[in-house]
Amino acid sequence: MFDRTLTFLTRRRGGKRWHITDILTWGYLLLGVLMMFGPVLWLVMSSFKTQAGLVEFPPTFLPYSQQEVAVEGYDKPLPLFEVKMPDGSAKVMAQVRRIGIVSQMVDPENPGPPIKVRFQDRTPVRELSFAWENYITPLEQFNFLRYLWNSVVVTTVATFITLIINSMAAFGLSKYEFRGRTSILVFIIGTLMIPISVIMVPVYLVVTKFGMVNSLWGVILPGAATPTGVFLLRQYMLTIPDELLDAARMDNASEWQIYWRIIVPLALPALAVLAIFSIMWRWNDFLWPLVILTRNELYTLQVGLNAFQGELQVQWHYVLAMTVVTLLPITFVFAFLQKFITTGIASTGMK
Amino acid sequence: MPCRIPMELRLREQGERMTLRSRQGRRAAESERRFESVLQLPWAFAMRLLELPMRGVQRVIGQGRMPWVFVMPNLLIFGTFVIVPLFINFYYSITGGTDLFPANRPFVGTEQYDLLLDCEDYLDPFSCRQDRFWRGMYNTAFFVTFQVAGMVGISLITALVLNRRIPGRAFFRSVFFYPVLLSPVVVALIWKWILQREGLLNAFISDWIGNKTLWLVEPGWAMFWVISVSTWAHMGFYTLILLAGLQSIPGDLYEAAEMDGTSRWRTFWRITMPLLWPTMLVVLVLALIKSVQTFDEVFVLTGGGPGTATQLIVQYIYETGFATQIQNFGLAAAASIVLGVVLLVLTLIQMKIGSGKGKW
Repeated sequence: MFDRTLTFLTRRRGGKRWHITDILTWGYLLLGVLMMFGPVLWLVMSSFKTQAGLVEFPPTFLPYSQQEVAVEGYDKPLPLFEVKMPDGSAKVMAQVRRIGIVSQMVDPENPGPPIKVRFQDRTPVRELSFAWENYITPLEQFNFLRYLWNSVVVTTVATFITLIINSMAAFGLSKYEFRGRTSILVFIIGTLMIPISVIMVPVYLVVTKFGMVNSLWGVILPGAATPTGVFLLRQYMLTIPDELLDAARMDNASEWQIYWRIIVPLALPALAVLAIFSIMWRWNDFLWPLVILTRNELYTLQVGLNAFQGELQVQWHYVLAMTVVTLLPITFVFAFLQKFITTGIASTGMK
Repeated sequence: MPCRIPMELRLREQGERMTLRSRQGRRAAESERRFESVLQLPWAFAMRLLELPMRGVQRVIGQGRMPWVFVMPNLLIFGTFVIVPLFINFYYSITGGTDLFPANRPFVGTEQYDLLLDCEDYLDPFSCRQDRFWRGMYNTAFFVTFQVAGMVGISLITALVLNRRIPGRAFFRSVFFYPVLLSPVVVALIWKWILQREGLLNAFISDWIGNKTLWLVEPGWAMFWVISVSTWAHMGFYTLILLAGLQSIPGDLYEAAEMDGTSRWRTFWRITMPLLWPTMLVVLVLALIKSVQTFDEVFVLTGGGPGTATQLIVQYIYETGFATQIQNFGLAAAASIVLGVVLLVLTLIQMKIGSGKGKW
């Protein structure tokens, strides 16, 4: 009987039975979803908890907070508890104060003199509530709106500059034969692997010489001429037929017109991939802004977030909420453009 | 000469035909057009504004030199912020003092390198004068070994799973890819929150073990979590590349193997692995080079601690040059050149393998 049930449950279209590898596959995929999304989901749920909810152990998944009620004769709202009465019945009461292991409680409906209840006989009455103040307070009182703005400025301006100068360079390097082209290409490709960490000190000097320390330009410019971008765009532009350019020249188009009226529209798929990369690089950039920006009002979100978690070690409720704010834009970009991103990365092998 | 009015029209037609012919097909063309329309106004305006001066430039220098005009902005920024610094870096490493400006720095020869390499016993970082440098080197070596091995292994398993005929494959592919997009700071904070004393992990397992483990305070566990977290954050990227490699293996090979009754295990070792090997090498080298440069997520997660247990080499460079009271640029530059040499060797190995294997 059990055998028959199993056969029925594992029946599939096409008559093939479930192989052990199928079960392993689905097990692995489910575990994967849990491992990849779980921590982020946990962060989001935690960011809605009150400070009291955050230190609770063991933690709950949903953000609960203790219900409070306004009681006649008391200035502040009082926390509600479910109290086990001596006769065994349960009653909802508000706590006035707690002294040691004894709580003084009143009935919120008709407050009389407080009665004494033992500490272990009461359990808090909790309700689902989202602590939006975790988001509102840091955005209003701390500099977080400023950080957000700085990050947006850096990301958009840098992406725009990168797209323009990289596509210009790629055009020059793919559609013309001129002396020095090969050496430029070799230089650019040769530096593909040089990370900022290797040349940090001298780049800092150059930025200082230009007076761009503690300015957003110091963050934007050094990384604008990405070798990866030039390389990616050039490979794409090589596939655009030269006849198009010749036809335009015959019609008296200038080289600049050829660039922006023909090459750029045709290279849009590659430009879109580079744009996504650039947004990702800039939004997530950390080490270089950390070196360049020392004034608080210039921090980008990433640097601000790091400073914030160092300063306010205990204020996890704000740190978590601001982490969510930081990851939201990238998550939206991903949700809408994930096909672009995954195919773009698979075909170029870049991140 | 034929009538010349419709140049723009003709080009647009040709352009559209070309885009439509491209692999992504009609839908991609549509989304491109939408993308285009959002950016078109300011873009077209700026470009049109430049048209006249650019025509003037072309008239003055001639068409043959125009490519230089196109290459120049990129080259200027690239030269200023990459090429020139590469050379200044050497100069820094052979000069001393604490001044940022090269003119005020006294020449000291190989003193910085001597200081870095001054050790009684190279196997024991504490016998070195710059013990934090050597600690960083050893930590990085340990980190890279286990992170690369673990990450590439998990990525391979994931890619193999995703390569099977399963419904919703695109969804699962993005699931594994999602953490790649998160910033290192966000990644570190997410895990710091889970790993803290009253965190989610301790809530799960303290019932079994009975006590709460301080995951980021015990040196061994701190290193374990630093490696795991960075694996979590980056594996999706390598999974994607390996998956592309797996999908380029022709399916009829598997059909032939199935017809011969070859076992799955044998098929994997005799068909999949040999044909995937070139992709695997790319992944290994990329992962290796990335891993050596790890900084951000570890810095935010543990700050290099406890003590110097998870302090990697890039953190040493950052702290020596920028985060201490006395900014020792010379020493930082010397250390970064050592790092550069390590990366260069890794890249050369990559090229060597690349030329040996033909094209990938």
